[in-house]
Amino acid sequence: MSIVRKPAKYKPAIKEPGIPGVLLMTEDKFAFTPNDPNSNANLDVEFRSIKGHKFSKDGSKQILLNLTYDSQKGGGYIFEFDNFANRNFCRDYVGTVLGKLQCAPSAVPPSGHTSLSTAEMEHRMKLLSEKLHMQFVIGGVLTESEFWATRKNLLENNSIKATKQKTGLKNAILADFRPLTDGRTNKVTFSLNPEIIHQIFAEKPAVHRAYLMHVPSKMTEKDFWRKYCRAEYLYRTKNSIAATAEAAEDEELAIFLKHDDILADEIRRKIRRVDPTLDMAADQGDDFVHLSISDDQGIVRDGINDTGDIENELSKRSLAQDLNRHGAVVLEGRTLDVELGDTRTVAEALAQSKKESSFNSDATAQFERLDRFSHNAEIDDLQEPRKIPFAPLCIKDPQDYFDFQQANGVRASSDFSFGMKSDGSKMSIDEAYKIIIAELDEVIKNGISDPIMRPEAALKTFNWLNQQVSSSKYHMGKNPQDSVLDSLPRDTKAELLHHYRSVEELLKHFWASYPITTSYLHAKVVKLKEAMSDIYLKLEMIKKSVKSEYRHSVSQLVQQMHQMLDAAFQHYDSKQQESCSEED
Amino acid sequence: MDNESTLSTIYSEDVSLMVVILDINPLFWTSVNSNTNSLTFTKFMDQFLPLLNSVLLLNQLNEIVLIAHGINSCGYIYNSSMENRRGGKRGPAFFAEVSEKLKEFMEADCLHRKGAKSTSTIVPSLLSGSLSLALCYIQRVFRSRPIYPRPRILCLQGSPDGPEQYVAVMNAIFSAQRSSVLIDSCVLGLNSAFLQQASHITGGVYIKPQQLDGLFQCLSMVFATDVQSRSFLQLPKPAGVDFRASCFCHKTTISMGYICSVCLSIFCKRHKKCSTCGSDFNRPNSNSKSSPVQKSKRKLDDR
Repeated sequence: MSIVRKPAKYKPAIKEPGIPGVLLMTEDKFAFTPNDPNSNANLDVEFRSIKGHKFSKDGSKQILLNLTYDSQKGGGYIFEFDNFANRNFCRDYVGTVLGKLQCAPSAVPPSGHTSLSTAEMEHRMKLLSEKLHMQFVIGGVLTESEFWATRKNLLENNSIKATKQKTGLKNAILADFRPLTDGRTNKVTFSLNPEIIHQIFAEKPAVHRAYLMHVPSKMTEKDFWRKYCRAEYLYRTKNSIAATAEAAEDEELAIFLKHDDILADEIRRKIRRVDPTLDMAADQGDDFVHLSISDDQGIVRDGINDTGDIENELSKRSLAQDLNRHGAVVLEGRTLDVELGDTRTVAEALAQSKKESSFNSDATAQFERLDRFSHNAEIDDLQEPRKIPFAPLCIKDPQDYFDFQQANGVRASSDFSFGMKSDGSKMSIDEAYKIIIAELDEVIKNGISDPIMRPEAALKTFNWLNQQVSSSKYHMGKNPQDSVLDSLPRDTKAELLHHYRSVEELLKHFWASYPITTSYLHAKVVKLKEAMSDIYLKLEMIKKSVKSEYRHSVSQLVQQMHQMLDAAFQHYDSKQQESCSEED
Repeated sequence: MDNESTLSTIYSEDVSLMVVILDINPLFWTSVNSNTNSLTFTKFMDQFLPLLNSVLLLNQLNEIVLIAHGINSCGYIYNSSMENRRGGKRGPAFFAEVSEKLKEFMEADCLHRKGAKSTSTIVPSLLSGSLSLALCYIQRVFRSRPIYPRPRILCLQGSPDGPEQYVAVMNAIFSAQRSSVLIDSCVLGLNSAFLQQASHITGGVYIKPQQLDGLFQCLSMVFATDVQSRSFLQLPKPAGVDFRASCFCHKTTISMGYICSVCLSIFCKRHKKCSTCGSDFNRPNSNSKSSPVQKSKRKLDDR
């Protein structure tokens, strides 16, 4: 952006005549230099401190630009210009600069520990219950701010999660968009805001289309909405005669009163998507059942009994249809990422997203319909069973893959030679066969021995099996579901978990303070190391004090923590040595 | 796992079909023979045949199929359902019949032999073949009867694993798992990684008895129990399973190796191409040579 330099008068107050000089504006600040070098009205202000700007109307007596720094009290820097061209140039410049500054996150860094948000406070309270704070901060190992610094990001993660959620459309139906009447005059006021306009566009595609068609070319936005509100008012007051009369005169107005053909189209398309074997023609009649119901009993809408004339085309927009449409729109959710400000951009973006979603749906719809038709009308007996597609395993050389056994000749592999040597003497395979066959002959001839086995051997096996069964029953750690911790007594478990958390906390600080650059960090590491040695000893105590049946699992758990601490100690020692040798 | 339609047919819960796979590797049995602590083949038969007899006696409808495998072949030895039609034998006559058939099988296996005539080490038996036979038989039972007995397989293995049978054995194990057939294993020689995995995967029991002269006690206590009763019983569980695999290229047992990312074939060395599915590992964009090696390296579970 360029620098703006314009002649202007600076007025410390509106009533004062003003000091002539030059106003210089850059992207981040503006300065005023008076023509008279003796004047002390020099200004040099950063745009960051400017909250907004005001200006006098084109054609008014004074040509003013007021840069306000306090929007509530109205304090500001007032400049008077010679002509409107200069003023407007400056005004536009200030506008863009301020717009930019607003978009950028506020450059003022949030002051760290002085102000705590309630959420952060809550978070801290929660953590305090974990005792770590008391142990380390009050014990003097860590300072307050150090302790919380490592936890800060936890909180930040939470806040990010909270802001990322997209807000959907309001669930409230548009019927709530009612006119306000003041008691004195016959004036009816509708108030529209971007949110409502977005909703109207989403729920009434015909209005949306009409807006896109007419608004810049045929009529102004204001006229458009006035017409819309008029149509809405006529519909609402059930003034059907007046409505038809007006519609005949004004074709634009008629758009709003007519049945929405885009919606009808969409419904027809949706009907096509329904299971084709279903007879929708028969059910279509049911769509108007609600009309006859409302005929008889009347549905209360807006406090008026909706027993209107059904012959009238205009009143065919029924409550049920409105409700359905609204439901569909709300469920669809907010598909736009556009800021709800400018109506035109919203309308265009909405049209864009609609186009994308409906793109190529018509072309494929017919094909899909036929496809589904054939699926549903399929006669099982005449069809081949449908198979789930699978990728066949492609084996390059099946002969090689499957015929491993062919290679099973005599292979001397070191894998299975140990312990199985037949007394060093080479045993002929033929001989081996002969021996076994001879033994089988013996079995055939003599039958099996009686008793089958000696009672002592049976007892031995029995005892061995029993021992196997009982040992496997207490075999822990094989099942991922049951944790070793659960088998420990409650106190031991709690103590171990607490120590684990302490070790984790200390190590977090310990490793974060490397490399040691300041003497403060050095002192901190020494303190941390001492605290860690304390825990190390405490863990040893737990290991010794625990009952023998748990000792194994406890020592396994403690060992992990010891390993973590050992790594830290080792690092500390090696760094210590390095620094010693450097000093030497 | 019960996703096969055949499995939806009804088991008769208390009737079992026990397929016994017996390793009759003569080299193993003669080597045990010379060891003082262990049993001869005769003694083994003394303890083994009563197990078959007692399983048949536990329930009139129980069935037993005996499959034997040696060094060169494997085959069906005895099928109680076929014998029953001719008036099943029990007791000594039954023992004699089974032994006779085993002898015939041994003689046939001896004739099938090829290769060297003597060896100082024990040649692995054809476990994969007899496992496949057992599963085929069980599948036939599944398909031919509306109500079939609950099948299980008992492997009595002596000789060590043949790493070259790894693929075949693992395929058999997984098909057993798929058709929910338990594989029990009783190892008489060295611990077998194949059978440990088989029992672990299919939910069977793996035991390596300490006292071989009390084998019958062990067999009848653990392996005679039918599948339904096992849910009420505490059976011994192994402390750990040897999950080591054999590589596809050299058929050696490895604990760390390379795995094809397409077909999961295992290799002990890095190859340019997968020998099983032909996938090309040498991608042109792999400039850094160390990273793909590191990535494809995967530690096989070795508990």
